[in-house]
Amino acid sequence: MKNNYELSQKNNEATSVSDVVGIALQVAKESGASQSEAVASVSQGSSVAVRKGEIETVEHTRDRGLAVTVFFGDRIGNATTSDYSVTSIRQAVKSACSIARFTEDDPCHGLADADLLATKFPDLDLYHPIELSIDEMVNGAQRCEQAALDYDRRIQNSEGSAIDSQEGTEVYGNSNGFMGENKKTRYGVSCSVVGEENGNMQRDYWYSVARNFGDMQDVSEVGKTAGARTARRLNSRKISTCRVPVLFEAPVATSLLSHFIGAISGGSLYRRASFLLDHLGKQIFPEFVRIYEQPLLPRAIGSRAYDSEGVVTDSSDIVVGGILERYVLSSYSACRLGLKTTGNAGGIHNLTINGGDRDLNGLITDMGKGLVVTELIGFGVNLVTGDYSRGAAGFWVENGEIQFPVEEVTIAGNLKEMFQSILAIGSDIDTKQNIRSGSILMDSLAIAGQ
Amino acid sequence: MKKSVELAKATLLDPVDLEFKHIDRLFEELMSRQVDYADIYFQRIRSESWSLEDGSVKSGSLNVDQGVGIRAVSGEKTGFAYSDEIHLPSLIKAAQAARSIAHVGNSNMIQKLKPHQTYEKSLFQEADPITGLDDDSKVALLQRIEAEARREDPRVNQVMASLAATHEVILITTNDGNVAADIRPLIRLNVNVIVEKNGRREQGSAGGGGRFGYEWLEENERGLNFARDAVRQALVNLEAVDPPAGLMTVVLGSGWPGILLHEAIGHGLEGDFNRKGTSAFSGRLGDKVASDQCTVVDDGTIPNRRGSLNIDDEGIPTQKTVLIENGVLKGYMQDTLNARLMGTSPTGNGRRESYAHLPMPRMTNTYMLAGTTDPQDIISSVDNGLYAVNFGGGQVDITSGKFVFSASEAYRIEKGRVTAPVKGATLIGNGPDVLTRVKMVGSDLSLDSGVGTCGKEGQNVPVGVGQPTLRIDGLTVGGVEV
Repeated sequence: MKNNYELSQKNNEATSVSDVVGIALQVAKESGASQSEAVASVSQGSSVAVRKGEIETVEHTRDRGLAVTVFFGDRIGNATTSDYSVTSIRQAVKSACSIARFTEDDPCHGLADADLLATKFPDLDLYHPIELSIDEMVNGAQRCEQAALDYDRRIQNSEGSAIDSQEGTEVYGNSNGFMGENKKTRYGVSCSVVGEENGNMQRDYWYSVARNFGDMQDVSEVGKTAGARTARRLNSRKISTCRVPVLFEAPVATSLLSHFIGAISGGSLYRRASFLLDHLGKQIFPEFVRIYEQPLLPRAIGSRAYDSEGVVTDSSDIVVGGILERYVLSSYSACRLGLKTTGNAGGIHNLTINGGDRDLNGLITDMGKGLVVTELIGFGVNLVTGDYSRGAAGFWVENGEIQFPVEEVTIAGNLKEMFQSILAIGSDIDTKQNIRSGSILMDSLAIAGQ
Repeated sequence: MKKSVELAKATLLDPVDLEFKHIDRLFEELMSRQVDYADIYFQRIRSESWSLEDGSVKSGSLNVDQGVGIRAVSGEKTGFAYSDEIHLPSLIKAAQAARSIAHVGNSNMIQKLKPHQTYEKSLFQEADPITGLDDDSKVALLQRIEAEARREDPRVNQVMASLAATHEVILITTNDGNVAADIRPLIRLNVNVIVEKNGRREQGSAGGGGRFGYEWLEENERGLNFARDAVRQALVNLEAVDPPAGLMTVVLGSGWPGILLHEAIGHGLEGDFNRKGTSAFSGRLGDKVASDQCTVVDDGTIPNRRGSLNIDDEGIPTQKTVLIENGVLKGYMQDTLNARLMGTSPTGNGRRESYAHLPMPRMTNTYMLAGTTDPQDIISSVDNGLYAVNFGGGQVDITSGKFVFSASEAYRIEKGRVTAPVKGATLIGNGPDVLTRVKMVGSDLSLDSGVGTCGKEGQNVPVGVGQPTLRIDGLTVGGVEV
């Protein structure tokens, strides 16, 4: 880390992202802060959207940000700015220092312990910049949408298809001498189309994301999948209120794991706002369940060599044999709980649940009778009690086969019981998101319908 | 030149030595292609937040963001670029990027900027709420709110409270010479409590705010009342039993339960979805979509409300738009792009999260007008049903029309009386027909306390909702008791 920065006003604009962090840390030190940390990022990119074959929008994005945190003993202050002039950086640090005068002492405030900070920075293969012209992006989005429109004659309308490309640099530094730089690219293609039959419309979508443009699913395949997902929902109906097994298709099964992580996160635990308080070492899932993080997975969406306070990350288990092995903690929440950080400041990294040997169709056969859930809407999840009630759409299954599409129903239960009632996890792992799960089959949930 | 434009100019242009003649130059760049319409949106937003837990104010943050969004529209195509540097060379680059969607050839629709009066009198106090109260007093206010929550009941185990304020200055310039400005303050208090009894824990939350200074929270003990209400709600939930599952008669309380209208009706009546024919309400103007007793409006002109604006983010004055009148679908909410393509007029609903986002049709304050029935008579009329008075969030699939909203405080109604509290449950229905099932409309219209945020295509904007007490025959309640 460089220690001295020229702060003259001759050249008022900081020259690099790491300069911005360096200047912020130096100003914090000069202002009397006992500790400080700063994160600065710059990203740029473009996105195009087409609809019914015509360009709808072309957007050019360019974002900058600096967030600085200062500590005066056990007190903390934060400030952010999007302006990288030295004057504005100084102003942001000054604002953070001013706030720290009014906040109250908390002995858990402070930087992560210096001996936990990452010292090696493995190449996670996250940066793959390419020259992509607007014309190429438009052409890709057009092919994607056309594949969706061609899929079924009942698909006549579209919300469009989009392709976007982003590259960014993020630098985190702190007064313990840590300075890490993270460069990433991200490419995405998405498509959403509308089908109509008997006067009723349905919409569905599909997407692909990747760090390397070439790793994205072929645009026509994305479109075709969007078309197929829309077509299969046509002629949806309500079902009667009942209690049956429920199979969460992989793209929505990840939300169940997200609730689990919410409940074992330090912030929920020290506030006693979790239905999984005091569950360390306890059986939360059936014995066959293993859940773990893979922060160093090359090219993955959630990969990071260090967390948002510079603490080194590594592959590690969270649930083994269905038993909760550890919580998900930052330095602060760990201190509040009398524990050690788990390198999860800023969240989890490529959380993965192990899959079984059955794919989605195999699980449908195994289920026999029940509801396959392919879409969830609403926010009816209470992490304090575990009570769960959300709107759902999907497919009714009997004799191990899909019978018809279902809409306007809710599924409800309590997450604690739901986790215990998992019967199987599919081999169809969805690797697009930071949470990786196959489809999840549960024993029985309340379905409210007509 | 009117005051808001002068103020916006002083905040956004003067510090960087930018003048209207420079912006005229940007429009010359933009309109050197076949562009139908272009605008340049300057914004500076300062925001702060203070949060309390465990009895002390543990953190605070001050955030400053400013920038310029430049848009060029040609037919149905939009080109957009933005810059967080308000600096002429960067803006010229952004203008060149934005106009690239349009074909070569000149557009003659360009007029020099004419700063003029945007609105007579602001709907809000324009003062910056962040500097309107000293930081010591903000911390002290949070501590009093915390103490009040704890004083309410010994079962209160955790109190989390936060104060947030923003002060936003925008200046909008368009290719036809329009210059408009708005100064928008906004504050919000949130109180969340957790109560614990015999190992059972439940939560309650309350809060409010609007477009004024923090003093609003001190008047009539509003801040303390939010703390009391959060505790009351948590204690009710401590006694709550499992909710029923299935189709039921539901009575919705007044105020915030108006989230029903926002999800079931509002989004489906936004102009973009209707132009594209992707809304379950597309092509249905003039149809009967609600019972005769239902009149629903979107009104951006209510003084001091969270969802109100003097002008929208395209410089169009906000208005009161009738969406449904006596059950008949009357109108959509429009921004300039969708209004132009649908051959109608904008309604002051063109909104954007920031300079870095494109405007689109969004709601402001959406509510149903009062009916004539005493709310108590509505409850008395129900033999067996659910009375839902507080909600978390909601969501809608505008194409199928299916929507949900989740109750956070609800009771059973048995033989015309409110009885046992039930745990939160999601309610699900079909937007185009749910209001046809409205059997009674109360006389007690109220608006929410000022906490709503609406998300659409990744953009969040503050909104308001409201309604009188309603009886709806046949909403699906997502309980566990089958």
